Amino acid sequence: MTRRVGLAIIGLTALGAVAGPWLAPHDPNVQWLAQRLAGPSWTHPLGLDELGRDVLARLLMGARISLFVGLAVVTVSAAVGMAIGATAGYAGGRVDNIVGRVMDVLMAFPGILLAIALVAVLGPSLTNVVLALTVIGWVGYARLVRGQVLKIRELEYVQAARALGAPVWRVLWRHVIPATLPAVTVQATIGMAGSIIAEASLSFLGLGVQPPSPSWGTMLDAGRAHLYDAPHLTVFPGIAIALLVLGFNFVGDGLRDQIDERAT
Amino acid sequence: MLRFTIRRLLLTVPVLFGVATLVFSLLHLVPGDPALAMLGESASASDVGELRERLGLDRPLPAQYAAFVAGLARGDLGTSFRYGTPVAREIGQRLPRTLELAAAAILVAVCLAIPLGVIGALYRGTAIDQAAMTVSLLGISMPNFWLGPLLAIVFAVSLGWVPVSGTGTWRHLVLPSVTLGAALAAVLARMTRASLIEELRELYVLAARARGISNARAVIAHALRNSLIPVVTILGLQCGAVLTGTIITETIFAWPGVGRLMIQAINFRDYPLVQGCILFIAVTYVMVNLLVDLAYGWLDPRIRYE
Repeated sequence: MTRRVGLAIIGLTALGAVAGPWLAPHDPNVQWLAQRLAGPSWTHPLGLDELGRDVLARLLMGARISLFVGLAVVTVSAAVGMAIGATAGYAGGRVDNIVGRVMDVLMAFPGILLAIALVAVLGPSLTNVVLALTVIGWVGYARLVRGQVLKIRELEYVQAARALGAPVWRVLWRHVIPATLPAVTVQATIGMAGSIIAEASLSFLGLGVQPPSPSWGTMLDAGRAHLYDAPHLTVFPGIAIALLVLGFNFVGDGLRDQIDERAT
Repeated sequence: MLRFTIRRLLLTVPVLFGVATLVFSLLHLVPGDPALAMLGESASASDVGELRERLGLDRPLPAQYAAFVAGLARGDLGTSFRYGTPVAREIGQRLPRTLELAAAAILVAVCLAIPLGVIGALYRGTAIDQAAMTVSLLGISMPNFWLGPLLAIVFAVSLGWVPVSGTGTWRHLVLPSVTLGAALAAVLARMTRASLIEELRELYVLAARARGISNARAVIAHALRNSLIPVVTILGLQCGAVLTGTIITETIFAWPGVGRLMIQAINFRDYPLVQGCILFIAVTYVMVNLLVDLAYGWLDPRIRYE
């Protein structure tokens, strides 16, 4: 049930992101300066922001950024993490030790601290946000896949492939990595939620997507100056972030339960 | 226990070394010349040269690294470009505020989580349990950079009960500590519920009930205490989330702690101060994790022999 609710939330957000220009009642960059900070009305269902721009239109545009960052970070992190984790787990020995120490150092930075540090020195931009989140993101996948590979490499069908003389890359690519995909899929779904929150956090701190691009985090940051006179600027982008994050968490939890059921 | 402690301490050394190396390399990731980036495009060549010399950027990389590590060993984190004072002093001045906020947030989280978790476990499967767990799910799903402003709108702007930002009295601490503690409370409440449900199934609880003691007494005097061991572990492990949470919470409520100092340093491109803050937070996190591991090894002897 919760998985369906999650899928519905993600589906609607994706629809809003793709069909935003046709669904939105107005252009997200057109300004109605005389009505700036106006609350919700029939013409502007979610109100206008501090520069008189339509909040609904900007939220729909912002969905593109959130989903793009989530997909980009998860795809690159999962690919890099799987490659490194599978190699470390399969090779073992010194390779595994070196990878383990690198992961320990990266895990020593709590939450998005390292991402904040990287964006601080590289400069705030969408590309640097994706890069910074990927630098911290691959570690989780690598740890997960390494753990799985340690078990999978001892299974009979993998031993058989090795005994038949299959090269290492073929054993990994054809036999080991596919077996790790269910766990990686769950991690990726929950990782989407994490990446969306991380992007919004960085944008909220002024380190992510820069104005006038309508990122949900940037919109929340702008709304902070108008808590007294325009609370709708804080409420609606927050609802959008919380709902989308909840959607991905619901789907991730559902997938995990399904995999656990199959395993037992 | 001594062998376990020494082994755990030795494992921490390379991690701290790696953290220091990574933080050192941050300044060298700045696109172009870090000194020019700090001073701005309009700076004169002599000013840029002087700053390069002051930051030690004119020296070979191995010499810079050696000086950085030697400085760390003496507790010298460099000099702030903006304030012209030692970075360690700037962090030290703001540290009590961050600790105050973190301690208040943990207190709020524990005070909210344990009753919620106990209610959930006692009324398992009922509407009361579902309501308690829905509240905790909300706490997990709401990012603190949204919860903070929402709380400010309701309790500071509309009701006027507490100030919206600043420091000075306990009333200033209410909104930041609730904002920072909410997610932690949610995690702890779920953990308390799950752990207490497990504990209530144990034979010694059944035996206590068979002796005729009340349900409430069985929970409070027997099961709750034992069920809190994993909760304390999770609390320790969540300290990292609290530390990074302070960065955003301090920014929202203009709380003068280390997190806000770091964001201000980023905005002013005060790279030595940024490096110092990041190093400080990461090292604190590593040390907290070390303490949690040692405490857990002390509480549960099985951990020591793994």
